[in-house]
Amino acid sequence: MAAKRYAEVDQYRCVSCGACTHDCPKEAISVWKGCYAVVDRSLCIGCGRCEKVCPAGSITIITITKGLINE
Amino acid sequence: MNKQKHWYDYFWIWTIVYFVLGFFNILFAWLGMFDFMVPLLFAIFGGNKFFCNHMCGRSQLLTVIPQIPQQIHKSRVKKWKEKGGKGEMPRQRFSLCRNKPTPAWMPSKAFRYGFLIFFLTMFGNIVYQTWRVFGGATLRQSIKLFWTFRVPWGWAYTAGSAPDWAAQYAFGFYSLMLTSALIGLILMVLFKPRTWCSFCPMGTMTQLICRLRHRGESPESNG
Repeated sequence: MAAKRYAEVDQYRCVSCGACTHDCPKEAISVWKGCYAVVDRSLCIGCGRCEKVCPAGSITIITITKGLINE
Repeated sequence: MNKQKHWYDYFWIWTIVYFVLGFFNILFAWLGMFDFMVPLLFAIFGGNKFFCNHMCGRSQLLTVIPQIPQQIHKSRVKKWKEKGGKGEMPRQRFSLCRNKPTPAWMPSKAFRYGFLIFFLTMFGNIVYQTWRVFGGATLRQSIKLFWTFRVPWGWAYTAGSAPDWAAQYAFGFYSLMLTSALIGLILMVLFKPRTWCSFCPMGTMTQLICRLRHRGESPESNG
């Protein structure tokens, strides 16, 4: 069964500091208009670097299996 | 990561230079107004946090410092490999960041806005003291750390080299900058490198402006 890992941002908690954007190896995460970080799922490889560096703890890595989200 | 470097990636040097200059002549503290105004200008006119995201010297410094022991370790491992890799691989001798999760209350809305109000109140106090000295009160040639501890700083000011009120503001502003930098460094060691950013008053203020400017919009609706 195809499962893929992605970074998921809690937009409510995100402080939009941009720490994640500097560590992403695929430039898949960016700060949207100074409001919060957004992940481009077509680029994200779910490596977890952004989760590790996020000072607000607003990023989690989720696994998506055929449309089902398993945290 | 070999990302392309920009000229503004080196503003962490400016942060160090700022504190060194202020140690010798307090009037340089006025230059810190750039760090106060530029993020707000970006947020108000650009509707973004470009300053926080790319130009903030303080956040760059907090990122660069924990990399020093890592770089030392890397070079030691490289040397060890060049010598044939005999014996045990060198271990990282020391670390400047524990990389532990930031306590959840720090990036919470209540604490962020509470700290912002506290910070602005303290800034208001600096302006009030400046106004008092302008009105004839005596200049205090000292800085105050953590809004509590008075530290003599008289060597950094020659009486008469500037109006007393300008010097008073410089002492106050330098205190504010140094206090927040020290908080940032302590949190960097205890938690993540940029834990300070999670409740930095400038970050809170600029994010609030951006959210107000872009309310009702979403990345999906207009890219």
